[in-house]
Amino acid sequence: MTAIFFLVFAAFAVFCAINLVVQTHPIASALSLIGVMGSLAVLYLQLGGEFIAAAQVIVYAGAIMVLFVFVIMLLNAGAEGATFQVSRFVKYFGIFLLVGFLGLISFIIQGAMPKTDGVLFGAFQGTSLDVGRKLFTTYLLPFEVTSVLILIAIVGAIVLARKEV
Amino acid sequence: MNFFIISLIKVAVVAFVLLTTLAYLQWIERKVIAHVQLRVGPYRVGPHGLLQPLADVVKLITKEGLIPSHVNKVFYLMAPFVAVTLALISISVIPFGPQITIGPVTTWMQLTDLRIGILFVLAVSSIGVYGVALGGWASNNKYSLLGGLRSSAQMISYELPMALAVAAPLLLANTLSFRDMVNYQSGYWLGFIPRWNLFPEIVGFIVFLIASFAETNRVPFDLPEAENELVAGFHTEYSSMNFAAFFMAEYANMVTVTAVATLLFLGGWQPPFPAPYSDVVPILVFAIAGLIALFHGLHPARRMDKFTLPATALVFLGIAAIFGLSLFVPVLNSILMALFWFCGKILFLLFVFIWVRATLPRFRYDQLMRFAWTFLFPLAMINLLATGLIVALTTK
Repeated sequence: MTAIFFLVFAAFAVFCAINLVVQTHPIASALSLIGVMGSLAVLYLQLGGEFIAAAQVIVYAGAIMVLFVFVIMLLNAGAEGATFQVSRFVKYFGIFLLVGFLGLISFIIQGAMPKTDGVLFGAFQGTSLDVGRKLFTTYLLPFEVTSVLILIAIVGAIVLARKEV
Repeated sequence: MNFFIISLIKVAVVAFVLLTTLAYLQWIERKVIAHVQLRVGPYRVGPHGLLQPLADVVKLITKEGLIPSHVNKVFYLMAPFVAVTLALISISVIPFGPQITIGPVTTWMQLTDLRIGILFVLAVSSIGVYGVALGGWASNNKYSLLGGLRSSAQMISYELPMALAVAAPLLLANTLSFRDMVNYQSGYWLGFIPRWNLFPEIVGFIVFLIASFAETNRVPFDLPEAENELVAGFHTEYSSMNFAAFFMAEYANMVTVTAVATLLFLGGWQPPFPAPYSDVVPILVFAIAGLIALFHGLHPARRMDKFTLPATALVFLGIAAIFGLSLFVPVLNSILMALFWFCGKILFLLFVFIWVRATLPRFRYDQLMRFAWTFLFPLAMINLLATGLIVALTTK
């Protein structure tokens, strides 16, 4: 059962990721990205990282992507036309060559990596209790530093965007 | 296999009850607002307009589903689907009552209990904005687009105080599961004050309620569909069932939000009085309502419609009799009492939603944003910090 769910959502994630690049309209691309994030959240959930899954949906799909979509709608960006001509060779052989190239790379990387056991479904201990405890003890300093970093970024964006009065 | 059958039955029951409730919520809203404004409201279809929701459904289904020629068709058709799906899905983690045993079957009155149930509801509600935003954008209409943009800005802004208000009771109960949350709130202080989170978290409750008005796009925060500025806002270009889907999503969101408020702050299905007294309350409520209806229905001054009120009275007295009988059947009693108190609290909060709609005018857009960021957000933050301090001082 878990294997079936894994296959379905992994395939959906890959499909959305490809769709994200292929689509010409920014809104369609943004929605595909939300699809990728949603299916990633399901994969986290299957591994047992329930808090990470919920945070993924709330933060990425729910907050960041809403802002993306918001900005795209405000700018009213239209669909992009085809800006370059594709040669006949690329049109007919490109996709096969690309797949072959990526397959070769992944084969080499897999050979170079040390052999490990496969990941088990639900083996990862990621309850909100564990995550919270780690966040407030071991990783307290990086967590706080990151939040200050984000604050600086926000202030910087406001300074840059502000018009002189 | 047994698990699947029980789950299927529960899903069927919950879906049927939820959809009927959504249809009748609209009738209740129209009636309540009408009575606030000294009108009678829907009165033609069926006795006291009781069949009005049915007539509305038939009307909306049989209308032509017009697709304007200038819209982005895929997203235009996807938006109401997204809105209504995400609005209905949250009900799956809401518990309606305690564990019950019917014959050989022992089950919880809940579709499923997630350890992160509260986060699940927050996650679903945070992506619920896409329905409105997409619908507004895909309609290719300036009014719709403005409605969609307003809605996304408003929902992002009010999500913060809402999440902070939710976090405070989580700190008290130390759990993310709705079931444990309600169990934490059982029992009484000094023997009669219920241990609901409402009393230590009254500020959090008010913040949550205000934020939930904005999250569900209800008056006084219904800027996305402000009809004096934006025609009808994000659903200007929608008709027929597509329009009905947005409408249904709004009511479903209302039900979800009130259910979450009940579970987090009002003790879920825990009665406000200790058991021997609280068991008598529903009998008294329904019996008195029935007697009042009977008195008015049979009053000689009443010339028209001598049938509806006595019939309603008989139904109410029958319900009172069922509650009375259930005192002698423990299984039935545990189900009915939990349902009575849970539904009672939800209906009360829904009434507050409708009441506010009938009473308050709409905010201006800058007022809405300033209220969220300069008042509600700091207030929720202070409430959370104070709760954290108290929890840190009282636990070892």
